[in-house]
Amino acid sequence: MSRSNPLQESRTARLGLVLLALAYVGLVLLIPLGAVFAEAFAEGIGAWYAAITEPDALSAIRLTLLVAAIAVPLNLVFGIAAAWAIAKHDFRGKAFLTTLIDLPFSVSPVVAGLIFILLFGGQGWFGPLLQDSGLQIIFALPGMVLATIFVTFPFIAREVIPLMEEQGKSDEEAALTLGASGWQLLWHVTLPNVRWGLLYGVLLANARAMGEFGAVSVVSGHIRGETNTMPLQVEVLYNEYNFVAAFAVASLLALLALVTLALKSYLEWRHRDVLAARGH
Amino acid sequence: MKHFSTYPALNGVSLDIGPGEFVALLGPSGSGKTTLLRIIAGLDFPDSGRIVFAGEEVTDKPAARRGIGFVFQHYALFGHMTVARNIAFGLSILPRRKRPPRHEIARRVEELLELVQLQGCGERYPAQLSGGQRQRVALARALARDPQILLLDEPFGALDTRVRRELRSALRRIHENIGLTTIFVTHDHEEAFALADRVAILSGGRIEQFDTPQGIQEAPASSFVESFVS
Ligand SMILES: Nc1ncnc2c1ncn2[C@@H]1O[C@H](COP(=O)(O)OP(=O)(O)OP(=O)(O)O)[C@@H](O)[C@H]1O
Ligand SMILES: [Mg+2]
Repeated sequence: MSRSNPLQESRTARLGLVLLALAYVGLVLLIPLGAVFAEAFAEGIGAWYAAITEPDALSAIRLTLLVAAIAVPLNLVFGIAAAWAIAKHDFRGKAFLTTLIDLPFSVSPVVAGLIFILLFGGQGWFGPLLQDSGLQIIFALPGMVLATIFVTFPFIAREVIPLMEEQGKSDEEAALTLGASGWQLLWHVTLPNVRWGLLYGVLLANARAMGEFGAVSVVSGHIRGETNTMPLQVEVLYNEYNFVAAFAVASLLALLALVTLALKSYLEWRHRDVLAARGH
Repeated sequence: MKHFSTYPALNGVSLDIGPGEFVALLGPSGSGKTTLLRIIAGLDFPDSGRIVFAGEEVTDKPAARRGIGFVFQHYALFGHMTVARNIAFGLSILPRRKRPPRHEIARRVEELLELVQLQGCGERYPAQLSGGQRQRVALARALARDPQILLLDEPFGALDTRVRRELRSALRRIHENIGLTTIFVTHDHEEAFALADRVAILSGGRIEQFDTPQGIQEAPASSFVESFVS
């Protein structure tokens, strides 16, 4: 046995650790994921296809895509703005803002949903005002978008802030001395420098936006064919003992997760040189 | 040409630099060389005092509009752009009515690459260049918009002696050919004396002496200067 590495465990100990890790990953990750697909195709591909093309399921898919298509770009813009402010500028309350960005991660999604009910619900602070203007937020698309934005806000900002901080201000200062305006700095220097982190943040935020259950569940009202997103639709179907249909829709969500992971791995592989050069 | 007074890191500094002059700011670590250079560039702002370029006060003018070129110690090249696009950056971000046509920019880039002796490297990325080559690119990039004043902060600090010497003479040659005003920060007195027309010696945020290399060597203004340059 080689003694060259003082940290080297004995061979049996290493094998044991590897097996334990594999067993754990298999138990908590692979088996459940496999079970979703097994259950979804339990009555054949025809039943699976019928379940996901049924009108309520299609409506849930459409709504999920719509909510994500609104929430993710908004979080992209505001995530960049927050990261830029925090990483490149000094101002009072910066530490507070940094903590605030993490809030959605530490608050239970159900509470996040309830906050919006409290604000915009019929009995809420702005309820009467909204009623007068005929605008419906709760049990409608705007509420679901708001809840999704709240829950997914940290993903992009969190991903980008450390990257921007690490890169410091020297590239921006160089661009300044070359005559660049604030927008030109952002567009030509700052954003290109963080583009992979940004893309990664968008992927994660998107996966979470489409998969969010708790917060959206509170504000949606569960109106079939109208305010049910895919995760809510899964629950409704499951509660009706419609297991094949429930797992068929769930398999689409699982597929989304797998595609996200694959894309992320692909990005990391494509840009391994850049990442290695930065010491990640 | 430039006046300063009082800054926490700089105190009562006053320098008058003539057009076309090559000046070195020399001093030990922490003496305020970088701070002074950044104030001249407009990357930092003095609490009091004035900066005047050729009769025009620029104290409150942002760096982007001072008509300077700045070369950073650690290059600060844009890693996602090719060498050619790095050099073209200053020109390509000009507003449309002031921007030279594309072929004009390409020609200027070729000219600058030749000036810093990097012909044929335009399509490479900064990561594919050596330290000395990167610093040449940074120099070419700083010159692209024909600055009146070129500022360099220990530009050769991270390079080995041979490359340093090479770049030093390249810089002096470029300075003479273009005829710009150059201010150069270094803590190496041999480098300062070999390159500059006049040398400003800083210590603790003050200017100890501002004179020609010969003048400083013949008549050091203080015991600090004497010990620092010997
Ligand atoms: N951002 C800053 N905040 C507070 N103090 C600073 C800052 N930058 C510089 N200083 C202080 O100002 C003084 C001058 O610093 P400066 O960077 O100008 O020195 P320098 O002569 O360039 O030194 P070196 O040769 O090490 O680069 C130092 O005492 C330094 O600690
Ligand atoms: Mg310095």
